[in-house]
Amino acid sequence: MNPVEFAPRSFQRNRDWYIDHVVQGVVFIAGISAIVFIVGIFIFITKEGMGFVLEHVTFRDVFGSMYWEPSDEDAPDYGILALVAGTASVSGLAMIVAIPFSLGAAIFIAEFSSGATRESLKVLIELLAAIPSVVWGFIGLSILNPLIMRLFDVPVGLNVLNAGLILGLMAAPIMTSIAEDALKAVPDRYREAAEAMGATKWQVTFRVVLPAAKNGLLGAVLLGVGRGFGETMAVLMATGHSVNMPDSVFDSVRALTATIAAELGETARGSDHYGALFAIGIFLFMITFVINLSADLIVRGVKNS
Amino acid sequence: MNPFEVTGINTTNKRTQALFRLLFMMMTLLLILPVIIIMMTLVYKGGSVVTYDFLFSHPTNGMTAGGIFPALFGTICLVTVALVVSVPIGVAAAIYLSEYASDNWLTRLINLSIVNLAGVPSIVHALFGVGAFVIFFQFGTSILAASCTLAVMTLPVVIVATRESLQSVPMAFREACWNMGATRWQTIRRIVLPNSISGILTGVILEVSRTAGETAPIMFTGAVFFTPFLPQGVMDQSMALSLHLFVLSTQVPGVPEALPYGVALVLISIVLIMNSASIAFRMYLRGKKKW
Repeated sequence: MNPVEFAPRSFQRNRDWYIDHVVQGVVFIAGISAIVFIVGIFIFITKEGMGFVLEHVTFRDVFGSMYWEPSDEDAPDYGILALVAGTASVSGLAMIVAIPFSLGAAIFIAEFSSGATRESLKVLIELLAAIPSVVWGFIGLSILNPLIMRLFDVPVGLNVLNAGLILGLMAAPIMTSIAEDALKAVPDRYREAAEAMGATKWQVTFRVVLPAAKNGLLGAVLLGVGRGFGETMAVLMATGHSVNMPDSVFDSVRALTATIAAELGETARGSDHYGALFAIGIFLFMITFVINLSADLIVRGVKNS
Repeated sequence: MNPFEVTGINTTNKRTQALFRLLFMMMTLLLILPVIIIMMTLVYKGGSVVTYDFLFSHPTNGMTAGGIFPALFGTICLVTVALVVSVPIGVAAAIYLSEYASDNWLTRLINLSIVNLAGVPSIVHALFGVGAFVIFFQFGTSILAASCTLAVMTLPVVIVATRESLQSVPMAFREACWNMGATRWQTIRRIVLPNSISGILTGVILEVSRTAGETAPIMFTGAVFFTPFLPQGVMDQSMALSLHLFVLSTQVPGVPEALPYGVALVLISIVLIMNSASIAFRMYLRGKKKW
């Protein structure tokens, strides 16, 4: 947005001119606040966690061991392999649930519905996305837990299946609305050209709209993955929270995020355990940063082309 | 031969079309229906608990009975302070992005940071809150520290909503104002902001709903499991509704089954009512728009 060039400066230097420049400075500082906060997050969690990473553990200790026993006084273990497996299995199952359904829903809303149906579906999806994660966790704990125990005849209903379903239901509305945006971004003339050739609606959707929107859809999926990876409360409450390499979907696991949430309250500031939790934070920050960055680059690629 | 005659391939296509439409509709319904059923279960099981007394009395018997007033009040305090911190910064940032920034590397970097700020896991925001506000700025575990953490976390909501609403004001309005000799700030204050204030409000309501539901960022920065006192100032700790739900359903033994359902129902009602208000307001504005 380029402003119109004003008259020469000397002519304008009254009170309003000065106010204008002060305001410009203030909004500029606010404008770069997002950068400041992102850098700040990195600096502060690194400050608390880096000392531990550099002094106490090696790469092998952390990524080569599945024993997470940071409160053992004699020989604490800081292996996060089981935690990574927990996070990955839950997010993986969530994506298996969420990706097909949210893409299907996005296609239905964007291509197959119109008018009041579309508007009300969009509002519903938006409301579903607003349900707080602690409520989802509570649902996993008190509704899905007995349901899974009864349906599959397993002793514990807090497991990969439970958390995966909860996380899938959580991530799906967000993925649906981003995917729907991506489909809407495909120009109507593409559809009209295909329809003029005699293609039916689903032919237009599959042969024209989906290929044209594939980057945006990939971005939507990636953002969903990022959300699943970073989800804390729901995963803490629905996974069963026991350190475990899962063999089946009925095993309880523990996630990276949930470990921080459960243990930070009971560690002394500056202790190794405390540092280890911040180190997990650095790891999570970097992973989600990469996921969000690539999602953004992919989606931006669509807009530029 | 009649070129418009219905041939075999037309019927096949039509049938496939109907089949796919049905498939996608089923998928959409399967996404929405379970959640609606779950919500109805919440209402069914928690509805009887939620009374006037429940909302406005203190928890008793080690939180196994009584009401949720301190948690409700705490959430209101946390949200208010978070808004006081984040709305001015967010609106100013949006003004910069919409009215001043040109399309250069810095703007791209800001946009990238906003996307990332929204994507950072809530528990990492909590760690940041502990490291920055609780320890470095020495707020201690207090409403101020928790609200600042929430403010940083929900900043992208305000920025994005405000920016959109500012950009929907036609360029011609600004140009007309500049032509009258107004400075850029005069234009923003007299023309751009009045024409977009309702859109900004929509974003703020949305932020309230986001902030009220968050749990992880406040767990270690200012919200406590239980306190018999209401907070007297921003440096006090406080209970919060979202954390109260977590505590009741995982940490306290012997809680009657209906109690956490009641808390969940109150929490979700606040969030959904705020969200619906924001959506309804947005639709109303879209209908009223004169340009």
